[in-house]
Formats: sequence, C-alpha cells, structure tokens
Amino acid sequence: MPKFPSHEWVVALCEALNSSEAYAEAAKNWEGDFYFIVEPGGPLTEQAILYMDLWHGKCREAKGITDPGEKNPAFVMSANYDTWVRVIKAQLDPIQGLMTRKLKLKGNMTMIMKNVKAAQELVKCCALVPTEWA
Amino acid sequence: MWFFRSPQIVFGPESLDYLVEIPARHALIITDANLVQLGLVNLVTRKLDEAGVAYTLFPEVRAEPTLELALRGAEVAREVKPDLIIGLGGGSAMDTAKTVRVLYERPDLPVDGISPLEPLNLSKDIRLITIPTTSGTGADVGWGVVLTDEVSHRKLVLGSPEGLADFAIVDPVFTLDLPPAITRDTGMDVLAHAIECFVGAWRNDFTDGLMIKATELVLTYLPRAYKNPHDEEAREHMHNAATIAGLGLGNAQIGICHSMAHALGGMFHAPHGRLIGICLPYTLEFAANGMPDNLAALARYLGLTTAPGQEGAYALVEAVRQLGRETGHPRSLKEIGIGEREFAESLPTLLDNASQDPCTITSPRVPESEEFNELFWCVYHGKPVTF
Repeated sequence: MPKFPSHEWVVALCEALNSSEAYAEAAKNWEGDFYFIVEPGGPLTEQAILYMDLWHGKCREAKGITDPGEKNPAFVMSANYDTWVRVIKAQLDPIQGLMTRKLKLKGNMTMIMKNVKAAQELVKCCALVPTEWA
Repeated sequence: MWFFRSPQIVFGPESLDYLVEIPARHALIITDANLVQLGLVNLVTRKLDEAGVAYTLFPEVRAEPTLELALRGAEVAREVKPDLIIGLGGGSAMDTAKTVRVLYERPDLPVDGISPLEPLNLSKDIRLITIPTTSGTGADVGWGVVLTDEVSHRKLVLGSPEGLADFAIVDPVFTLDLPPAITRDTGMDVLAHAIECFVGAWRNDFTDGLMIKATELVLTYLPRAYKNPHDEEAREHMHNAATIAGLGLGNAQIGICHSMAHALGGMFHAPHGRLIGICLPYTLEFAANGMPDNLAALARYLGLTTAPGQEGAYALVEAVRQLGRETGHPRSLKEIGIGEREFAESLPTLLDNASQDPCTITSPRVPESEEFNELFWCVYHGKPVTF
C-alpha cells in the first residue's frame, strides 16, 4: 500500500485516473501539469512535492520530486499535510478549500473555473488509491 | 471553516432615500436603456442630485451580458473615475457592475479570470451599490456573476467575494409595474435559489433558515404579485424574498437547475428565470429520487407534509409544479418553441457546459453523463424524471 505523500502514491493515483472513464470525460479539455506541494505538519516533517502531467483526461506522467526546479508546471497547489488528507478523504471540498485559502493555487484561474468537474473527479480518484498515511 | 458574507442591506418602501446618506463624489450608473425609458433611472439620479453627487450613465446593459460589455464598462469607469458604482437593474446590470468594479481597479485581470480562488486586494476607496429592479436574481447580495462568452456560447460563472456590493438597496418601488411574465419568471428564479441552497452540498446553519423563509415567501406571494401587479404587500415580500434567497448564493450554493439553465441560456437565449422555472421541477425530482431527505425536511418546515424521504420530497416538487400551474409557467423546452432537431444538435455542447458549470459540483446529487443527457430530454419533452 503506497504511503502518502510519496512517488509510489502519485503513480498509483495516475493509474487510477487513467482507469477512470468519469475523469476522462470530465477532464477532456484539461491541459496543464501540476505540482502538488505537501507542506510539513502533523506526522510530516519535510516538504513533499508530487508532480502530475494531466492532459485531455489522461495522466501522462507522475512522479515524486526532490528538486523543485526540476519542472516548471502550469499549476502549483499547496497545503499542509492535514489539509491534503481531508481533501483526499473527501472531507473537504477542494473548491471550498481554495476559497478559504486552506489550499493555495497558482496558475490560470480561468482554466480551473471552466473545469471544476475535472477537479471533483480527480479527488474522487484519490479516494480510490489504497493509502498508508504518513 | 466557511464564511457568511453580505452587503449592508437597506430594504423596504422608501429605502432608496438612503442613497443620499452615502457620501460620494461621482457615481457611475450601470443600467439598461429600457430602465432609462421607463423613468426608473430618474428615481436614482434625483437622489444623487439631492446629495450633490455627479454621475455618468452607462445604459448599455442587455440581457445576457457579455465579457466584452464588462470590459467596455470598465473602460468608461477608468475614463470618469467614479468613487461610487451603482448597478441598477436585474441580474444583468448588477453582474456587469460587479465585474466593472473589479476590472476598474484590476485592468491586469482577464475578465474571465475573476475567480474566488485568489485574492484581488481591491481598495476600499470605491464603493459598489446594487439596486435590484426585479425580484429575482439575488445578484444584489451575491458575489458571483454570470457573463456570456459569445465565442463559445457559454455562460461563465465568475466573480470574487471581494467584488461583493457594499450596500444593497432593496426598494419595491422599482417592481410595481413589472409585467406578469417577468414577475413569474424572476419569481421562479428566487424559488430555485432558495430550494437549491437549502439542499445543496454547501448548505450550512447560517443559510438554512433564510432559505426556508424565502421559499415560504415565494409560495405565498408570487401568485398574488403575478395576478395583481400592484399588490404592494406581495411586491414588497417578493422583493425581500429575492434578496434573502440571494444570500444563499456564495454562502451556500445553487445546483444543477442553474447549471442546465446557464447552458440553455448560452445556447438559446431565453430568459434565465423562464429556463429556471422550466428545469426546476425535473431537477428536484432527480434529487428526490436519490437524495430526498433535505427536500423532505424543507417540505416539512413549510407545512406541506410530515412524510419523510421520497414521499416528503415529492410534496415539495408538487408544490413547485402547482406554483407553475397557478402562474401559467411553461413546462418544457418544447413548449417555448425550441425545435427538437436544434435541441438534439446542441445537446453535446449543453452537456459539456452544464457538467463543467461550478453549480453542478454543489448539487445534492450530481448526475453522471448519461443521467444529465436523460435529464435534458425530460426537460425538453416535459416528461417525469424516474431515475
């Protein structure tokens, strides 16, 4: 069972997305890669960065990142560990999380607001990944 | 963690008088030419004259305001440099005014990039007043705006909490001469706001009571305002109901009835409230078939039934249908003249736009693609929703 946050976990999420018809449909117009940054907090003592390249309903690449300069993604979403856990467990709506600044996002807001269903399906897929929590 | 946001609300007969108490140097009035012709804009400019406030009119708002219109309004604002922006009209004028207020200070933002997801850091030097002239949209107290992208034929749901009005002046004087069809259509919009915000995924303790009251007011007073436009008591309560239900927008959230109406409005350009009134019974039936408890609770609060679950939920659906019958509201898209072939050809775009509408994710029951397809056909033909 992959541990969150880790390279193995984000690869498992990538596989879940690529198996999801609902995600493929909801994100068919999506173009843009992400850094998901997990800030230290709770049991996590060091920052973790997960990279995903999301393109027209598929995940083209996913990996854990150690050097923040390795990629230059279109979107960077960050939150502390506890907030990410609540999002992944569907206890916090990601849009509400962004509106209350529990989740912080940098990137093209127009693109996000035109594709909110894609964000919702992505979070649903997170819940499908069997996860060992840090 | 969540918020309850509201402008200061000045309401009731003669509340427009309060305009003279708001200090300002120059006001930009964003409205439509029809309201100028009807003399309703004069009611506002007289108050500004009384207060010694200079003003500029921007009477260019049309139904279904576009991104381009908001950009033009912002250009005018930068020319005349108002310290007060007044959105006077229905949702179109008020949504345009909210957008102009943001773009006036933030010309760097793309108009379709105004979102609640990042801070705008607007100054407090420019104030926004919303004055609704219909009892419908609740745009006077919500921060969201709906603007049409003419290129993609899509209504975009935009806006930022920082773009919320400073004051909403809710004076029923503006509504006394509204024609019955507009009264009915806008009233159905109020009802949809109230019910969808009561049952939606973002409902909360701060909005629930308001939504119950707004629903009760519409069920009681809309038939009276429709049948007798000069029933001042009914007009006042309907005007209040619209603003009360509007407090659900942004503080809770609306659902798929609005997603579908936004998609349909972007394509077929029928009045928003009419499309809402057509879609509402079907989307409520869809919710009642899978997530009936909150609808049943609302029916119970309104004294419609004590039955729980689906039976209780259907009592509310029936009350909505009864209101539609009393006010002669059309029951299907076919009935308002949308051709079947044209509808079928538009359906892929309608489905795309409705499923990506921000209102969809806050619905109590989010339809899968095939369910959305079926729902659109039920609304088209006026068939009961059995799934």
